[in-house]
Amino acid sequence: MEHFLHELWIARWALAQGLLLTVEISAASILCGSLIGLLAGIGLTYGKWPLRLPIRAAVDSIRGIPVLVLILASFYLLTFAGINLTAVESGLFALSIFCGAHMGEIIRGALQSIPVTQIDAGRAIGLTFPKILIYVLIPQAMRQIMPVWVNTGAELVKASTLLSVIGTGELLLRTQEIVGRNFMTLEFYALCGFLYFLINSVIERLGKFASRRFALQ
Amino acid sequence: MGYTFQFGVIEANFDHFLYGLALGLALAFAAILVGTLIGLACAFATMGKVPLPSRLVGIYVSAIRNTPLLVIILFIYFALPQLGIRLGKLESFVFSLAIYAGAYLTEVFRAGLAGVPRGVIDAGRAIGLTGFQLALYVISPIMWRNCLPALGTTFISLFKDTSLAAVIAIPELTYQARKLNTETFRVAEAWATASVLYLATCLLIAAGLRQLERRFPKF
Repeated sequence: MEHFLHELWIARWALAQGLLLTVEISAASILCGSLIGLLAGIGLTYGKWPLRLPIRAAVDSIRGIPVLVLILASFYLLTFAGINLTAVESGLFALSIFCGAHMGEIIRGALQSIPVTQIDAGRAIGLTFPKILIYVLIPQAMRQIMPVWVNTGAELVKASTLLSVIGTGELLLRTQEIVGRNFMTLEFYALCGFLYFLINSVIERLGKFASRRFALQ
Repeated sequence: MGYTFQFGVIEANFDHFLYGLALGLALAFAAILVGTLIGLACAFATMGKVPLPSRLVGIYVSAIRNTPLLVIILFIYFALPQLGIRLGKLESFVFSLAIYAGAYLTEVFRAGLAGVPRGVIDAGRAIGLTGFQLALYVISPIMWRNCLPALGTTFISLFKDTSLAAVIAIPELTYQARKLNTETFRVAEAWATASVLYLATCLLIAAGLRQLERRFPKF
């Protein structure tokens, strides 16, 4: 135990950096992904078919490919499209489109569950479609989106571990490096798992709070 | 750019890709079998009146659901040998995926059990079935039908998760694509092929499941 604490003290900055990068990557990809998802969801629900078809194809393809393959493919392939990104950036790209596809479906589901009469009512009082969207539809859809959105956040924190495969120095890769130095596999992998558990527990709590906050009274 | 597509390499190695795909499917299938056993045991354990099993199942489910699969895989493959538990690559991966699936399936079966109408259980009791008979002949058939769609999606996501086996050098589809990528530098072809194969398989499984759901009408 004393030996472990000694090694932990040596590794403290590496772990802290990894933890910070994990949180940063997750937060950034949730933000970008939600934005993509919002646009995709609106397009899927209210778009005409020339708009809906390509979005549907993209969303279904992304959802049918494993995240690890998405990450590796964007790491290796974006270079050929003439876009030179670092490992962190291409990982961020992969996680964002992954999150975007899932959020797109969630938001489509939420928007479709709102009665069409709400749009008619909005039109009747003279609102334009963007205004109907912002003031009428999205606030109502939020109630369904919020709990699932938080879940997606926890999924993304878990998916961010996959970035270790392309050499992004997040928590898991830092742990692997530490283990490679001191061979304390059991202790440090357990610690790493526990840290992820902590992050996700916090997110889970937030989710419970959010679903209570947005619940229909 | 100056990149010309050459699918000849893919053609020459296509049997490797197919082998990787089959291995991934087999791993997912093994994992969902073991995971179903774990999930069923846990779900039925929470049904009883004693609070301790429910508490333990709750800890198991939230611990596994909040830990990344990759960390679980690495822990079981690299850290358990320190405790004297030494598993082969395939066994350790199936074991990791199974306990991961077990946590999700516990929730699935619990929801399925909750969907069994009270009246049916009372009816079974009224004709004098024992608790075991009740579970086997009355509750399970309805529960399985309730769980079918969720079991299907779990299988698809487990199949996608088998891509993580590449990290501990199990030669499944992602591993094969990566190998071809580094050996021949046909980067675009390798990843495009792997993606299309994964996508096609997932769509096929989803279509098959829809057929299955139509065969067994909802209770």
